[in-house]
Amino acid sequence: MAIQLSRRSFLKGSLAAAGAVAATSAPAAAVKGAKGGRQLATLIDINKCIGCGACVEACRDANSEKYPEAKKPFPKMYPNRVPVEDWSDDQYASDRLTPYNWLFIQEAVVDVDGEERFLSVPRRCMHCVNPPCVKLCPWGAAQQYKNGISRIDKDICLGGSKCRKVCPWHIPQRQTGAGLYLELLPAFAGNGIMTKCDRCYDRVAEGGVPACIESCPEGAQIIGPRDEIVRKAHQLADETGGYIYGETENGGTNTLYVSPVPFKELNKAVDKGKGRPHFKPAENTMAKANNLVLGMAIAPIAGIAAAWGKQIVADNKKKEKPEHIDREGTDHDHA
Amino acid sequence: MTTRNAAIPPVRYGYGLLMFLLALTGFAQMPIFKRYYIADIPGLGWLAMFHVTHYLHYIGAVLILGLAAYFVTAYVRTRPERPKLTPTGYLRAGLIGVILVTGLLLAAKNFPGYVFPPAAVILLDLAHLGSVFAFILTALYCWAFSKKWIDSPSKGDVKGVN
Ligand code: HEM
Ligand code: SF4
Ligand code: SF4
Ligand code: SF4
Repeated sequence: MAIQLSRRSFLKGSLAAAGAVAATSAPAAAVKGAKGGRQLATLIDINKCIGCGACVEACRDANSEKYPEAKKPFPKMYPNRVPVEDWSDDQYASDRLTPYNWLFIQEAVVDVDGEERFLSVPRRCMHCVNPPCVKLCPWGAAQQYKNGISRIDKDICLGGSKCRKVCPWHIPQRQTGAGLYLELLPAFAGNGIMTKCDRCYDRVAEGGVPACIESCPEGAQIIGPRDEIVRKAHQLADETGGYIYGETENGGTNTLYVSPVPFKELNKAVDKGKGRPHFKPAENTMAKANNLVLGMAIAPIAGIAAAWGKQIVADNKKKEKPEHIDREGTDHDHA
Repeated sequence: MTTRNAAIPPVRYGYGLLMFLLALTGFAQMPIFKRYYIADIPGLGWLAMFHVTHYLHYIGAVLILGLAAYFVTAYVRTRPERPKLTPTGYLRAGLIGVILVTGLLLAAKNFPGYVFPPAAVILLDLAHLGSVFAFILTALYCWAFSKKWIDSPSKGDVKGVN
């Protein structure tokens, strides 16, 4: 780890500075162009990434003031099956996603046209077009902006980790002992705060570019309106014989990867597990329930028709059998 | 007519069962059933599967919306005179109304591109949950004290017919 970091620092000093100057101005314009309801997406060209980790460091520099402030000792939780997740003593871990590391470099050795190749892939939140982490947050702590960026508000999150369960990549990471739950019923509800890449929403709101994109010496990532990014991804894939991930996964994400090998192979080659997301196919998790909403529109019409029809049948019956009316009339004392 | 329909056991039990399903799958939207070991009970593991309970909550919503529309129509169209709702009848109908409207807005929010301001989502969630709690308390009270939805059209003699 130490070696990795120093190599990173070195590269960051030299390459990143040069790359950043070249890469910054164009995306800044793209970010502005995305205003007016279009979602912003990024394109990551895996071919270009050299795994220097400048983006990982830049993310930390740009976002460390957003990291959780864990208070110890943690409150005892009942029942005590609730797991404590504590990264506060290991804040510099950079080989997976943690509450203090929102971006990490996943490594893979793959076979490209019979040649062994080492690939490095920056991994973080995909920023789904319709993010289940946001939409299913039972309490509104996870939010999405019009520009497609999703983020978890650390002042509101209770740390129940539902967002991680419903995320196809299990991205959000928990830090116990921080956040609003401490002020409510820490023993019985909540368990800290959930954290993840927020696409540097504050920088983007000011017309800036996410720190990881700005710092990459290779220009491996670009950002822009989603339709343009999708077009560029296809162009790149066509030119390089590459493969695309993120265009349709989970109904579409705002992070598109272009890889020189099929994602099935890449998925096999990368180290997966907790805090290390996969590259598997991901079905659209929100679509099934959303399809039922059509039923919610039809059901009331059916209900009205049923009640109306029943009434008409009843009225007709009354007309046919006058004595029936008599009986009803006396029963109900209507006269 | 409508008044009597409401009292037919299958409809009444169906309505009760439906509300139970909605409340159960609704509460399952919060990460509590696993935390409190309820999802560990054999056969209840699905209560901790959010996409499953979300789907079931929506199925319940389809049914309750149909049922609500049925009763409202039947009520409005009952002739020659509309039955009179009791005060707790009004309260229950009003609370169900709030639950349905907030629920529909929450469902609308779940479509791609429907980005509600965060404060609105929090407010809707709290209103949905709050009206559910208020409804459950009211329903328990009505059940305990045999409160009816509808005033009997004429005091004494209807009982014999019903
Ligand atoms: C009377 C029947 C209903 C009951 C008892 C009920 C109960 C609940 C409860 C307890 C919750 C969890 C609390 C919360 O997240 O606010 C919930 C959530 C939810 N309910 Fe209902 N509900 C009912 C009807 C509906 C209807 C008609 C809809 C319409 C589609 C709906 C849609 C939702 C949605 C979408 C959520 C998830 C909250 C979210 O998306 O953040 N519910 N419900
Ligand atoms: S990848 Fe996961 S955490 Fe990121 S927006 Fe999608 S569901 Fe949310
Ligand atoms: S977009 Fe910002 S928060 Fe997300 S990984 Fe890049 S630098 Fe970190
Ligand atoms: S994306 Fe760029 S900055 Fe990040 S590791 Fe790859 S080459 Fe380095």
